Amino acid sequence: MPLDRDPADRTYKVVGHRHNRPDGIDKVTGRAKFGADLAAPGLLHGRILRSPHAHARIKSIDTSKALALEGVKAIVTAADFPDHPQVLEDGELTNIRYNVMAREKALYDGHAVAAVAASNPRIAAKALKLIEVDYEVLPHVVDVELAMKDDAPILHDHIRTEGMEDAPDCPTNVAERIELGYGDVEAGFAEADVVIERQFRTGAAHQGYIEPHACLANISGDGSGDLWCCTQGQFMVRDVCAQLNGMDVSKLRVTPSEIGGGFGGKTTVFIEPVAVALSRKAGKPVKIVMNRGEVFRATGPTASSAIWVKMGCKRDGTITAAQAELKYQGGAFPGSPVSMGAMTAFACYQPKTLKAIGWDVVTNRPKQAAYRAPGAPMAAFAVESIVEELAHTIGMDPVDFRLKNAATSGSKSAYGPTYSDIGLVETLEAVKAHPNYAIKLGPNQGRGVASGFWFNFGGQTAVTLNLNIDGTVALSVGTPDIGGSRASMCAMAAEELGIPYHHVQTIIADTGSLGFNDVTDGSRVTFASGLATIEAARNAAKVLCERAAKIWGIPADAVTWENGCAVPAGPNAGEFPPMTIKELAKKAGETGGPIAGHFEVSADGAGPSFATHLVDAEVDRETGRITILRYLIVQDAGKAVSPAYVEGQMQGGAVQGIGWALNEEYIYNDKGVMENPGFLDYRVPVASDLPMIDTQIVEVPNPGHPYGVRGVGETSIVPPLGAVANAVAAAVGARPEELPMSPPRLLKLMKEQAQPLAAE
Amino acid sequence: MRYESPTTVEAAVTLLANEAGKAHILAGGTDLLVRLRSGFIEPDLIVDLKRIDALKSITMESDGLRVGAAVPSAMLNEHADAVAGWPGVCEAAILIGSTQVQGRATISGNLCNASPAADSVPAMVAARAIARISGPQGMRDVPVEEIATGPGKTSLAKGEFVDSILLPKRAPGTSDAYLRFIPRTEMDIAVVGVGICVTVDKTGTCTAARVALGAVAAKILVVEAAAQALIGTKGDEAALNALAAACSAAATPIDDKRGTVAFRKEIAGTLAKRAAKIALSRAEKNL
Ligand SMILES: Cc1cc2nc3c(=O)[nH]c(=O)nc-3n(C[C@H](O)[C@H](O)[C@H](O)COP(=O)(O)OP(=O)(O)OC[C@H]3O[C@@H](n4cnc5c(N)ncnc54)[C@H](O)[C@@H]3O)c2cc1C
Repeated sequence: MPLDRDPADRTYKVVGHRHNRPDGIDKVTGRAKFGADLAAPGLLHGRILRSPHAHARIKSIDTSKALALEGVKAIVTAADFPDHPQVLEDGELTNIRYNVMAREKALYDGHAVAAVAASNPRIAAKALKLIEVDYEVLPHVVDVELAMKDDAPILHDHIRTEGMEDAPDCPTNVAERIELGYGDVEAGFAEADVVIERQFRTGAAHQGYIEPHACLANISGDGSGDLWCCTQGQFMVRDVCAQLNGMDVSKLRVTPSEIGGGFGGKTTVFIEPVAVALSRKAGKPVKIVMNRGEVFRATGPTASSAIWVKMGCKRDGTITAAQAELKYQGGAFPGSPVSMGAMTAFACYQPKTLKAIGWDVVTNRPKQAAYRAPGAPMAAFAVESIVEELAHTIGMDPVDFRLKNAATSGSKSAYGPTYSDIGLVETLEAVKAHPNYAIKLGPNQGRGVASGFWFNFGGQTAVTLNLNIDGTVALSVGTPDIGGSRASMCAMAAEELGIPYHHVQTIIADTGSLGFNDVTDGSRVTFASGLATIEAARNAAKVLCERAAKIWGIPADAVTWENGCAVPAGPNAGEFPPMTIKELAKKAGETGGPIAGHFEVSADGAGPSFATHLVDAEVDRETGRITILRYLIVQDAGKAVSPAYVEGQMQGGAVQGIGWALNEEYIYNDKGVMENPGFLDYRVPVASDLPMIDTQIVEVPNPGHPYGVRGVGETSIVPPLGAVANAVAAAVGARPEELPMSPPRLLKLMKEQAQPLAAE
Repeated sequence: MRYESPTTVEAAVTLLANEAGKAHILAGGTDLLVRLRSGFIEPDLIVDLKRIDALKSITMESDGLRVGAAVPSAMLNEHADAVAGWPGVCEAAILIGSTQVQGRATISGNLCNASPAADSVPAMVAARAIARISGPQGMRDVPVEEIATGPGKTSLAKGEFVDSILLPKRAPGTSDAYLRFIPRTEMDIAVVGVGICVTVDKTGTCTAARVALGAVAAKILVVEAAAQALIGTKGDEAALNALAAACSAAATPIDDKRGTVAFRKEIAGTLAKRAAKIALSRAEKNL
């Protein structure tokens, strides 16, 4: 969809201004209803029994004692999710079924093996202890490189390496090999004056949303019912739960609750199909609420990785060759985001030659779920570390080095397609001009830069807009609001209709009330639901014009919509005073009935977003403790519909990335059991750990959106890992190759490698 | 599960002594309620100390400052005499959790929870604090280091509880300091904690010292060799290095999710050095 006109010329009345978000008051006063906040008469409480073993054959499950306990109303196991044809023909659905309830084997510590519904949570907890599972404990593997070895314990007998012509026909943990690139990298390295290569590792980071997964299923005697849950996609939940339970999709209505964070982790199901199965079996509503330990052990963190990168450049800074081999483990099932890691790794640059190989590996860990720009941050960490080192080695300013090689509007991307209008250069120039770039550093302090890219996504989207009797508007969208998107929808609808922001109410509709929508992912909502909102509003405005034409007795095309009123299109149309939206709403019943506009689309042209981050860090050389002193984000938003929430997205992504860089990681003991399933030892940054995160929005309009919007939610987590690592490397004179840079690791690195105080 | 909130120490003792099942004291509840919620404990009786007026005050007595078992650490840190006289104990107590947690958490609870990583305990041990225990047999006073016998275990007998903690009066030229290492700034558990109390004479020479380490063994460690390294010196670099070496040597930590053995041993020394410097400079101001 093309831009209306040059967005730079357009003045917006609502869009681009700062508004209070419609969900704000309810969230800060506690009125907002989250996943666990719904109750129903006769409610039962569901609990899930989880494997204490990383890898074990389930020889038998005896539920008889638990079923005999007073108050236990239903128990389900894998046997309650039989082989429906629609499941078997879809590999990913089969994996999800296995993930939500272990079948022959438990594949990771925390894997669900049975579930109970009981009249209260205490009975449910007691019943879990009465379920007898006979396990045969098997050797396990949690490390990506160990899992790739020939003698590694095998998770799935059916996996053969896809994407490899000469793959041996025997079971393996390597699910797929991918390769992309162009040119001859060996020739590229030969042309280079400087070549640097390193091997990096990153830990598995969890999305760390504050709200644990929660749902309430209520399936009636006729086999149809409702599900209430916190999710990033009610349609996905409906479709998956219905199929896993052998129901027609029409039999299940899913209503999304308010959501206390998702970051990608709620784009799939865990407890929801189980609650449906329990409710159906018990004939009563069943609520399941995970605790934090379950969230860590059994929902998706992102992949951990081992990444080798080699790059070469000429003395003038030109990158002549870029090569990477990425190994990602995505837990117990295929589907790690390694291909996105490979595609994004060099997307900020235009290396003359390129080769990237990716390996998707399964291990005895929870099935990974999407996490904000899935696969990109760890690849960017490795690449940006080398980029910074190349710049230093040839004595070039690191921002200038990036500018010299930067992807530009119309350039061919490293992963294939040609970029439309993009804003990487603008972010780099803004960083260079920012006062932070010139602040003098003290001892033990270092400065790091990193850039980052994310594709962004459009996807299937449906929006409906209804005019109320008083001229205000009810807008229904199907994409759960995980970052202030309702505010942006209100602003875009108001902008189009020429009415005040607060005259629009936006709701996230249930699956029965709106057409299909893809989940909230790929930073797509402000772009795709926004685009559909604009078009729905335009369609409604067309109807409004028709109604005015009818009242005035002139042809419909002789009326246009301006500033919230129908007005005659020109002098020939006749002389009528503008008719307001309020007047038209009031007369709707007499002029043809309810006034509405809707729009359905598979949105293309999402337009990637680039960012550059600048960070100053200080290292305590005696303890390895890192303090982030200053942090600046510059990111291209295309058009910031709600600048405050764009800044919020930028800051939030940076904070999560800083956590990943400094302390967050899954820690396993020698039995493959997670050691830190809680926020005490899975260390996300706390507020006092961080300085104010400075932000600067760059606006290079995306030609794919009427206002130029591009998604901003994910790009912000791509640069921080590399930026922080670069700052630390500058401070201590040694390069961190393993994340997180926890104090014990950094202290060890400094002992082994650091030069004495890098005097600035 | 029964919940009781007696108003006298005697009534609390009677309740505890007469309970046939599992009885737990509730002070601030910042450990107890977490353990209760997560299913680690299933008490039959909970006895809340917060209605006992006698335990809610901080009083200066002839031999020191008495801190009641129901005094939250926030209140301790607003008490001018406490902060002036025992800065190390107070700075340890104010590290517990966050502002919200400190509104509830008590140092007696920190002590009786018997975690080797408890923050206020090494500081109290360094300060030679005395716990007063009430029980069916009456009252007894014991040094705080004798309360915990291992992680989560105490020497308290059935019916007994800590009713207050005495921070003994200090000789002139005495002060203390507490430092802990955590990777973050708050809401974390000490990877290493060091409490140091020193006395200096008019020449600035250290005449007495007590060094306690947290989180590097199953119990809080008192490191006599570290104290000896300081005594007779003015805290010069050689003395501090000897102190650090003694602390590193004394530490017997484990490799776990919070840190490696090598890291914890080294940090024990590093922090001891830093804490000693602070304690010495405070002590000189108290001459
Ligand atoms: C978010 C959070 C952060 C925390 N951070 C820290 C930290 O940084 N450092 C740290 O050291 N701790 C920390 N803790 C743990 C806890 O706050 C402290 O140990 C606190 O001092 C406990 O005191 P309380 O009064 O709340 O004890 P309670 O929870 O009431 O009791 C703790 C235990 O001691 C027993 N007990 C309490 N008082 C007595 C008594 N007078 N006599 C006999 N037995 C008694 C109880 O039965 C219970 O077993 C944290 C806890 C939370 C929830």
